[in-house]
Amino acid sequence: MAKVKMSKKAASIDMTAMCDVAFLLLTFFILTATAKNPEPLPVETPNSTVQSKLPEDNLAVITIGDGDKVFYGIKGREVRKRTLELMGDMYNIQFTDKEKDEFALIEEFGAPIEALKQVIAMKGADRNKKGVQPGIPHDTLNDNKENQLKDWIYTSRQANIDVQQEQLNFAIKGDAKEQYPKVKQIMDELQKQKVNSFSLVTGLRGKNY
Amino acid sequence: MAELNTNDGGGKKGGGKVRSKKQNSKVDLTAMVDLAFLLITFFMLTTTLSKPQAMDLGLPDKEDNPRDNTEIKVDQRRTMTIILGANDKIEWFHGLLATPEPGGKPTQTTHGREGIRKEILKRVASVPQVTGNKDKGLIVIIKPTAKSSYKNLVDILDEMAICSVPTYAIVNDFSPEEKALAEKLNK
Repeated sequence: MAKVKMSKKAASIDMTAMCDVAFLLLTFFILTATAKNPEPLPVETPNSTVQSKLPEDNLAVITIGDGDKVFYGIKGREVRKRTLELMGDMYNIQFTDKEKDEFALIEEFGAPIEALKQVIAMKGADRNKKGVQPGIPHDTLNDNKENQLKDWIYTSRQANIDVQQEQLNFAIKGDAKEQYPKVKQIMDELQKQKVNSFSLVTGLRGKNY
Repeated sequence: MAELNTNDGGGKKGGGKVRSKKQNSKVDLTAMVDLAFLLITFFMLTTTLSKPQAMDLGLPDKEDNPRDNTEIKVDQRRTMTIILGANDKIEWFHGLLATPEPGGKPTQTTHGREGIRKEILKRVASVPQVTGNKDKGLIVIIKPTAKSSYKNLVDILDEMAICSVPTYAIVNDFSPEEKALAEKLNK
């Protein structure tokens, strides 16, 4: 019986077009990329239809989520450095220059000032692990030692004026499931310092909501 | 095609010239494509394309000594009170709780297009006609109970923006009657 011979086909496909497309997409993604900052306290923000964007500088973000944990983040390295200096003075904790430089690179933190040195000494990846940082103490009932958030807000405003000669804006980034009283506590804290206007960070919602 | 023709066709043949060997100069692009897609995947996963949105919120000055507070009387026909309860529930009424405006009895509803928005939009349109002055529009009073979530607050503030409510305020004081209503809602 004569065998039917399969015609040998060239096994290589022309990849040029595929390569072109791949690199086109690659270029697009590189150009539009803004690196995602690792967040020590990931929150799922509620959505809204507002179109205004969050400012890039002169901003402090108070993140609240995961129960009642509060994290604080300041934009701008110099402002962060100055804030730490002022906080150190207030709590009589001396930070070395190296620690200040390291702190200037931390986008967001949530630790009591007493434990801040350990947090600064950690590696970035360890710092952002869940549960490593317990949040900033913000007990509003006892006005003095237990409420460090108040002092952070105060010193960062001072620092922003020192460094940028501008008023610091505030944004509250709350988890959608957070109970209202917890968020209100933060708003009250801001209002106590006569910050009556601030932003709420939200995600984008579809137009036909 | 990524193919280079190395033989120059039409050249003169012969005469002791050294002929370059014909080579298949097709480059294998597989590895390059692999690499490109790997990088695409990497960049897609590490980028945040959408920057977070910011909803601006202005609150009134906090008055420390209440005796400075002067009571401001507002036309009851203009006020609509929205109480935010647990589990995304909403209770609203128009006017005073004891004597609500026509069609404004305390009613339970939901968030979104089919729920509270219908009622707000209706009143945004009707209140200026009732008061006879287009500067005297609807006033919405938002009262979040302790059991409501932050999402509820943002949703209702968003609703204010969608319906373009002229005046709205977040109020945390509950009258005893409103408290009873809120407790019933949160049950």
